[in-house]
Amino acid sequence: MTLVRKDKSGGFLEIFRYKDLLIQLVTRDLKLKYRRSVLGYVWSILNPLLVMIVMYVVFSKLFDRNIPNFPVYLLIGRTMYDFVIGATNKAMDGITSNASLLKKTYVSKFMFPLSKVTSGMVDYVLSLGALLIVLIFTGSPFYWTMLLFPIVTLEAYIFACGLGFILAQMHVFFRDTRYIYHAFTTMWMYASAIFYPVDILPEWMRLIVEYFNPVYIYIKQFRDIAYSGCLPSLENIILGIGYAALFFFLGVIIFRDKQDKFILYI
Amino acid sequence: MEDYIIDLKNVTVRFNKANMKVDNLKEYVVRLLRRQLLFQEFIALDNINLQIKKGEAWGLVGTNGAGKSTLLKVVSRIIKPYKGTAAINGSVAALIELGAGIDPNLTARENIYLNGTILGYKKEFIEEKFDEIVEFSELKDFLDSPVKNFSSGMKARLGFSVATSVQPDILIADEILSVGDIKFKKKCTKRMRTMLDNGTTLLYVSHNMNSIKKLCDKALWIDKGKPVMIGSATEVCDAYIEKMKS
Repeated sequence: MTLVRKDKSGGFLEIFRYKDLLIQLVTRDLKLKYRRSVLGYVWSILNPLLVMIVMYVVFSKLFDRNIPNFPVYLLIGRTMYDFVIGATNKAMDGITSNASLLKKTYVSKFMFPLSKVTSGMVDYVLSLGALLIVLIFTGSPFYWTMLLFPIVTLEAYIFACGLGFILAQMHVFFRDTRYIYHAFTTMWMYASAIFYPVDILPEWMRLIVEYFNPVYIYIKQFRDIAYSGCLPSLENIILGIGYAALFFFLGVIIFRDKQDKFILYI
Repeated sequence: MEDYIIDLKNVTVRFNKANMKVDNLKEYVVRLLRRQLLFQEFIALDNINLQIKKGEAWGLVGTNGAGKSTLLKVVSRIIKPYKGTAAINGSVAALIELGAGIDPNLTARENIYLNGTILGYKKEFIEEKFDEIVEFSELKDFLDSPVKNFSSGMKARLGFSVATSVQPDILIADEILSVGDIKFKKKCTKRMRTMLDNGTTLLYVSHNMNSIKKLCDKALWIDKGKPVMIGSATEVCDAYIEKMKS
């Protein structure tokens, strides 16, 4: 039985040796999130449900006529947006909140943003229970294409990991990152066509949203498989995978190159 | 080359005192304009050369802030040297602060798993060693209570038990035996001795010269990041005590 630190440290592939740590960190996050709350995991479902009801009440008067089955349309958008933004927000803190640990033990630093995004994903999968309830409640049809949701989830997960790595390393050097990102995500929410149909936008805005907003691309795919019951367009899938790969690659490279300096700033 | 388990060549660690404070954009811009960004460097370790063979026990002595802990952090790969190379040819168990990686909100049981995986153990390995760890830490009755209710001595026992549940090639210990009661200290020293006898290499920091003389054969004395004296533990400790008296 040996410890893991035999060879060169710091590479991305090191995470595979720490996979048991990933499981521990994710279970910790989930356990602590609901420890001492009476309803526990039910909140994962209840929370998006309540938010959806509020948004439905507010926006149904505005857009209901254009969008059939508005609750489902809304909930899919909201769930996907919450997953990506929530996970990246938590990943941003990954390094800074574990400062005391990283000063005293060697551990692959990739693990922290990665575990935050992973627990975000588990939470998101649990929150799909809310979608299930709404689908049943509104009498919506079930499509076989819904079975493709792991693919959409995986794309969004890889994208969120990449963005999470970038944000986590930025946050180490500039604590302003949080506030900048917060402002940015507000704009991002309005640009993701969560509660309005994308074709009410002027042409140029629509093109930006459809081609340069990865979150919208994942929402669109999710709506295709679970709301419209069709296969996502090839173009959309290529875009989705492309953005995921691009951000993941960039994230890993940037994070890897900067990680040796973290210790001086945390 | 392969003869040495730890081979430090001209290791220099530089902190940037200015940088350490700048963590927001406003400060950064202000300092950039004043050109203060790069200049307040602080050399924590200056040209340290240290070759350690397998199975040796080394003590590190020096005043507070001399760079002892920084040196340990270089060996345990927490800090990469700014200049020079640090070749470490073996697994490292770093006891720099007991209880690093303990989550106060989790129970002792959960923490054993969390802490173990942070150290790089596999889950099955921890399961296998679980009873042994619990027994050594003497925390059997508190396994399922959150660690935030533990005393610092109890946390230290938990940390030590997990970290030393495996026989590492290199054991790094920083002032860890200062917490805990006499009985537990003895137990820890005994465990460290056993590891030494089984071929583990030790790097030990303490302000207690007697414990260094007892555990180590060789010692390095550093001051302000520079090596002052290197030699047998007794000689170095005596010279250090002499210096401190004057």
